[in-house]
Amino acid sequence: MLLTATDIHKTFHTADGPFTVLRGVDLALEAGESLALTGESGSGKSTLLHLIGGLDTPDQGQIMINSADIAAMDDNGRAALRRGTVGVVFQQFNLIPSLRVADNIAFQSRLAGRDDPKWNADLADRMGLTAHLRKYPEQLSGGQQQRVAIARTLAPRPKLVLADEPTGNLDEATADDVMSLMLDLVADAGAGLLMVTHSIALAERLSRRVHLRAGQVAA
Amino acid sequence: MQLFTLLAGLALATALWSGVQAVNTEARASYDSAAATLGEAGYDQLVSGDDQPISLETYVALRRAGWLVSPVIEGQINGVRLIGIEPLTAPSSLGPVNLADGADIGAFLSGRGQVYGTVETLAALDVTGSVAPDLAPNVAYTDIGVAQRMLDRAGEVDLLIVAPDQPLRQLALREVAPNLIRRAAAAGSDVGKLTDSFHLNLTAFGLLSFAVGIFIVNGAIGLAFEQRRPVVRTLRALGVPLGALIGLIAVELMLMALLAGIIGVALGYVIAGMLLPGVAATLNGLYGASVAGTLQLRPSWWISGLAIALGGTALAATGALWQLSRMPLLAAAQPRAMAMAAGRRAKVQGGLAAILIIATLILAATAQGLIAGFAMLAALLIGAALGLPIILSAVLAFCANRARGVVGQWFWADTRQQLPGLSLALMALLLAMAANVGVSTMVSSFRLTFVGFLDQRLSSELYVTAADANQAAQITERIASEVDVILPIQSVTMPIASIPTEVFGTRIHDTYRDTWVLLDSLDLPWDQVASGEAILINEQLFRRAGLNVGDQVMLDAVPLTIVGVYGDYGNPIGQAVIGEDLFVKLYPDVGPLRFGVRVPEADVNRVRSILRDDVGIPDAQMINQAGIKAFSLDVFDRTFVVTTALNVLTLAVAAFAILMSLLTLATMRVPQLSPAWAVGMTRAELGRLEVIRAVLLALLTAVIALPLGLALAWALLAVVNVAAFGWQLPMYLFPWDYVRLFGFAVLAAAIASLWPAIRLARTPPAGLLKVFSNER
Amino acid sequence: MNAKIIVLALTPFAANAQGFAGLGGAADGFGLPTPAPTFDFPTDHGPHDNYRIEWWYLTANLQADDGTDYGLQWTLFRSALAPETGSGWTAPQLWMGHAAVTTSTDHYVSERIGRGGIGQAGVTAAPFSAWIDDWQFSGDWQTMAMTASGTDFAYDMDLNAQGPLIFHGDDGYSVKSAGGQASYYYSQPYFDIAGTLTLPDGDVAVTGSAWLDREWSSQPLAADQTGWDWFSLSFDDGAKMMGFLLRQSDGTAYSSATWIAADGTTTAYPDGAFRAEALETSATSGATVPTTWRVQLPDRGVDATVTAVNSDAWMQTSVPYWEGPVRIEGSHTGRGYLEMTGYE
Repeated sequence: MLLTATDIHKTFHTADGPFTVLRGVDLALEAGESLALTGESGSGKSTLLHLIGGLDTPDQGQIMINSADIAAMDDNGRAALRRGTVGVVFQQFNLIPSLRVADNIAFQSRLAGRDDPKWNADLADRMGLTAHLRKYPEQLSGGQQQRVAIARTLAPRPKLVLADEPTGNLDEATADDVMSLMLDLVADAGAGLLMVTHSIALAERLSRRVHLRAGQVAA
Repeated sequence: MQLFTLLAGLALATALWSGVQAVNTEARASYDSAAATLGEAGYDQLVSGDDQPISLETYVALRRAGWLVSPVIEGQINGVRLIGIEPLTAPSSLGPVNLADGADIGAFLSGRGQVYGTVETLAALDVTGSVAPDLAPNVAYTDIGVAQRMLDRAGEVDLLIVAPDQPLRQLALREVAPNLIRRAAAAGSDVGKLTDSFHLNLTAFGLLSFAVGIFIVNGAIGLAFEQRRPVVRTLRALGVPLGALIGLIAVELMLMALLAGIIGVALGYVIAGMLLPGVAATLNGLYGASVAGTLQLRPSWWISGLAIALGGTALAATGALWQLSRMPLLAAAQPRAMAMAAGRRAKVQGGLAAILIIATLILAATAQGLIAGFAMLAALLIGAALGLPIILSAVLAFCANRARGVVGQWFWADTRQQLPGLSLALMALLLAMAANVGVSTMVSSFRLTFVGFLDQRLSSELYVTAADANQAAQITERIASEVDVILPIQSVTMPIASIPTEVFGTRIHDTYRDTWVLLDSLDLPWDQVASGEAILINEQLFRRAGLNVGDQVMLDAVPLTIVGVYGDYGNPIGQAVIGEDLFVKLYPDVGPLRFGVRVPEADVNRVRSILRDDVGIPDAQMINQAGIKAFSLDVFDRTFVVTTALNVLTLAVAAFAILMSLLTLATMRVPQLSPAWAVGMTRAELGRLEVIRAVLLALLTAVIALPLGLALAWALLAVVNVAAFGWQLPMYLFPWDYVRLFGFAVLAAAIASLWPAIRLARTPPAGLLKVFSNER
Repeated sequence: MNAKIIVLALTPFAANAQGFAGLGGAADGFGLPTPAPTFDFPTDHGPHDNYRIEWWYLTANLQADDGTDYGLQWTLFRSALAPETGSGWTAPQLWMGHAAVTTSTDHYVSERIGRGGIGQAGVTAAPFSAWIDDWQFSGDWQTMAMTASGTDFAYDMDLNAQGPLIFHGDDGYSVKSAGGQASYYYSQPYFDIAGTLTLPDGDVAVTGSAWLDREWSSQPLAADQTGWDWFSLSFDDGAKMMGFLLRQSDGTAYSSATWIAADGTTTAYPDGAFRAEALETSATSGATVPTTWRVQLPDRGVDATVTAVNSDAWMQTSVPYWEGPVRIEGSHTGRGYLEMTGYE
C-alpha cells in the first residue's frame, strides 16, 4: 500500500477558540491508483491533503507512506518527504517568483537530488511550456503557471502526487486541458494521485472517490 | 508596524539632524562670543618682509597715502600675550569683547593703562585693568601706546590690519613702504584653524545625517505606499476621485511628518544635550573655560528640524504620489508592470549615479577650493548610494549564474529580487559606513601625522627660554657638560619667494636626521643644509610659492638649493631651515634665546634644578617635552570625541533602517518563501537563509563602502584639507578598524534580521499554507 | 557753529568717554571763551588744544558746466581728552574728518578718525595745513587746496578767498544759550571754489562758492539743548546770512544770526530776531527731518523758503546728522547749506 491514513484527527487553535477539522479519517491508496477527495467547503479535505503531504502534522492518528510513518518524522524528515516522495500542486501561487520557468520546473527534483534534464524537457514539452522556459512566473497566464507547477511536481518522479483543486482558479476549457495533461502524466509515471476537488465531473475521471463530511469519511 | 516604521524613521532622521544642528549652532555661538579674540586673521595684513618691526612713521605714511590700515603690536609679559591695538582705526568688528559699549575709551586712549583680560591674566601682568572674563586665558588687550610702553618697544608696530574697504585713491604700497608685504586674509591663527577643522567635521556630519535621514524617510514612505496600493485600488474602483485620494494621503503624511518631526526634535534635543558636554570639553581644550555646557532652545534648529521632517516627507512622497497618480486603475494587480516601472527607475537611477561618479572623477582631477571639494564629496556619496542597488544587483546576478546548487541558485535569485525593498536601507548603511571609514581614516591619519609631527618637533627632552643673551650664554656654559647636546632655536622672518617666512638657523644634529620626516628630499639633505648651501622648506611655503625640490631660492641674496620639504601641521605661514653657521653669518644680531636640550629622560629634573638654581631660569621658562606632548594630544583627542559619538549614532540609525525594512518586508516574504517550503525546505533552513541574506547584503554593502570611505578620506585629506587649511595630510590605512567596522555591520544586519527570521521559523504551517488558498 | 559740537560729543568713542562729552559738563581745566576776543592770525587758524572742541568746517555749493548742482563738505573736528597738546600715542587730541558730495539724487559720505600726536591727523597754523590721513586742506587763506576721498568718491578743489573773514556774535564771541554758553566763531564765506569731483559715473569739473566755519569752545551747550538747525545762506544779491536755532527740551529755541551785507559789513542779531519754521519733513535713510523751511529775518526783510537739493543728505557717520545744499526762494533767492542735528 502506497498510503494508509488511520484515524486522523486535526484541530486548529484560532483566535475564536479550537476548531476541529478532522475527526478520525481513514484512507488508503495504492500505487498507480487515483483518488478524488470531495466534500463541502470546510469538510477538511484540504487539511487532510496537507497532513498527507507532510506540510502539517496530525494531532492523532497515523499516516504511512511507503511504510514510513510521517507523523513520527521531524521537520527535516517531512521536508525530505516533500522533496522526494510526494509532490503537491496547489490551487495557485505554486511557483517561486524569483526563478525562471525552467528553474522552477527543476527546483524540486534538484532539491531531491534526482534532477533529470531530459525528463524535465520532456515534461515541459508535454505541458507546452518549451517556449516559456526563460520567462518568470509572473509573465505567464494562470493556466500556464499551473502547468509549470504540475511539471515541477512530477519532475522528481514522486511516488505520490497530491493536488489541491489544481484547476480551481482556471476557466473551464483551460482547467480541462490542464487536468487531462496531469492525469496522463501521473498515469505514465505510475504514481499515485490524491486530488481534492469539489467537482463531481472531475472526480469521476479518477479511479476512486472519497467524500468527506464534517471531518469524517462519508459512506 | 508600518506606521511605527514611518514615525520612527522620520523621528530618528530628524533627531540626528537637529541634534547635530543644535550642537553646531551652539558651538558656533560659543566661538562667536567666547572665542572672539582679536580676529585679525579675517583681514589682509601688512607685515614686515625683513623681520624689522614696522615703524610708526611707516604707519603714518601709509595712512597719509590713503591706506586705511590699523597698527597692532604683540608681545609676551610673564607668560601673557599682550596685544596692543589702535581702536580708532581698527575695523569695527575687531577688538576685545565689549570694547564698543561701556568701556572708558578716554582712559583706554589716554594711556592710563586700560588693560583688558581675565582676572588671572591681569594678576599675571600685575596691572589693575578692566576685567573681561570672556577673553581667552593669558591674553590681554590694551591700547597700542600702552602696549608699546609695557613691552618697551616705543614706536614699533608688528603688523598693520588692512580695512576691507579702501578709498578710491591710494599710492601703491611699494612707493610708500617697499619693505612691507601684504598677507592675504585667513592666513589666520592656529586656533582659528582648529575651530575651522572642528566645524568642518560637524558640518560634514550634519549633511551626512541629513542624507541618511532622507533615505530612511524615503524608504518608509515608499513601503507605506506599497502596502496602501490595494486599498487605493479598491477606493478608486469605488469611485473616489484620484485627486481627492492623493490630497488625503498627502495631508495624512504631512500630519504624521509633523508628529514625527516634533518627536525627532525632542530626541535631537536629548542627543545634543548628551553631546554638548563633549563639545564644551573640546572648546575648553582649545580656548580654556569658555563654553557653557547648557543648551539653548534656538528657533533656528528646531524649525530646521521640523522643516527637514516635512521636506523629507514631501520629497519622498512626491515621487510615490506621482507614481500613484499615473498608475492605471487595475495595474496594481499586475506586479510585472510595477517591476517594469522599477526597471525604468533603476535605469534613471543608474544614469544619475554614472553622471555623479563621472562628475566626482572630474572634480577629483580639477577640484581646488572648499566648495569644489564639498561638491565632490556630495557627488561621490550620492552617486555611490544611487549606484549601490545596481552594483549589488549585478553582483547577485553574477552569483546566481555561477551558483551550482539549487538552493544557492534560488538564494541568489531571491536575494536579488528582494533588493528593491532593502536598497534604501542599504544606501543608508553604505553612507553611514563610508562616512565611518572616511572620517575615522581621516581622524586617525590626522592623529598619526600629528603624533609623528610632535615627535619630530619636540625631539628634545627639555626646552629652555632665556631672558636675554647673557642668560643664554650662561645656559650653554653651565650645562654643556651635563647634557648630550644643546640645540639653539633661533629664527628671523624673511621673504622667500616673496612669501614671509620664518627662517630657522639650526644646529644640524642626529636628532634632526633621526626624527624629521621629509615629504620629499634630495640625498643627504641635512648635510647639505649644514654646509650652508641648502635650505629645507615647509609644505605651506612649498605649495604657496609653487617651489620644487632642487629649485634655488634667494635668502638675503644668498642662493640656496631646496633639498627637502617637511610637513608643518597647524602652522599658517612659511617656514624654512638653514644651517646655524650660515644663519649666524647672515644675522649676527639675532642670537638664540630658546634651546632644546637633549638629555636622558632620567636627568631632566636634575638639569632643570641646575638651570633654576645656578642660572636663575624660572620654572615657567622650562618645559618638559612629555608635558607638551600630553597636552597637545589631549586637546587633539577631545576635538574628536564628538566625531566618534556621531559616527556611532549614524551607524546605529542605519542599522535601525535595516531592521525596519526587514520587518516590513517580512510580511511580504511569506508568499515568496512558501513555495520553496512546500517543495521540501524546512522553515529553519529558510530562516537561516534569511539571516545569511541580510548579513550578505550588509557585507556586500560594506565591501563597497570601504573603497567609498577611503575615497571620502582621500577627498577630505587631499582636497578639502588643502583648501581649508593649506596642507595635505598623508593618508594611512587602518585595516583593523575596517575589520571591526565590517564586524559591526555584519552584526547589525544579523541582529536586524534575526527577529524576522525567528518569526519565520516559528510561523505555523497553516500560516504558510494560507498562501496557496483563496483566502489570500 | 554749535552744530558740530554734538557730532563730536556723540561719536561712539566719545559716547564712551564721559569725560569729554562736553555737553553741559564742567570745563575741567579747559579754556573758556571770554567776550570781546582779539584774534591773532595766522596763529588762530591753527588748533587751540586747551579748548575741548574745535573744527574747520567747509561747505560749498557747486555747479557743473551743464548746470547740475552739487554740494560738497570737508570737515575736520578736533576733540581733546585733556587740555594739553602732548605727543605720541598719549597725546589727548583726537581728530575726526567728514567728507561728502551731494547730488540731487545721491549723497556720498566718508569718515576718518585718528589720533593726534603721531602725525596721522592735525592742523598747523603757519604754513596752514589741516589733514587727516590722505585728506588735506592747506594754503595761505587766500589761495587754498583741498582734497578728500572715500570708497566711492573723491575730490580735488582749489579755493580763492574773495572777501574778508567774518566774525559772528560779539566780534567772534558767539553766545549759544541764555545761560551764557559760548564759543569763538568766525567764517570765511567768500571762497570761490573750482575743481574736480570723482564720482562713480566719472569725473565732473565744477565751480562754485564755499563757506568755511572756524569755531572752538569747551562748554558749548546748555544741558537742556537737544539739537540745532543751522543755515548758511548766500543770496543772489551778494548778501549772506548765517542763522541757527538751538532747540531746547521745553520746545522753545534759542536763535542767533549774522547778516553779512554785500560789502562785508556784519550785523549780529540776538535771540528771537531770526526765525525758522519747518514746512515739510522727509524720511531719510536716517531720521525724519524737516527739508523745507521758512526762514525769516524781518529786520532785513528776509522771508524765504529754503528747500533741500537732496532731501536724503543724511550723514551716516559715527554720530549721524543731516548736512546738505539748499535752494532759497521768496523775498531773497540764492543757495546755501543746511545742517540739522539731534533728530531721531
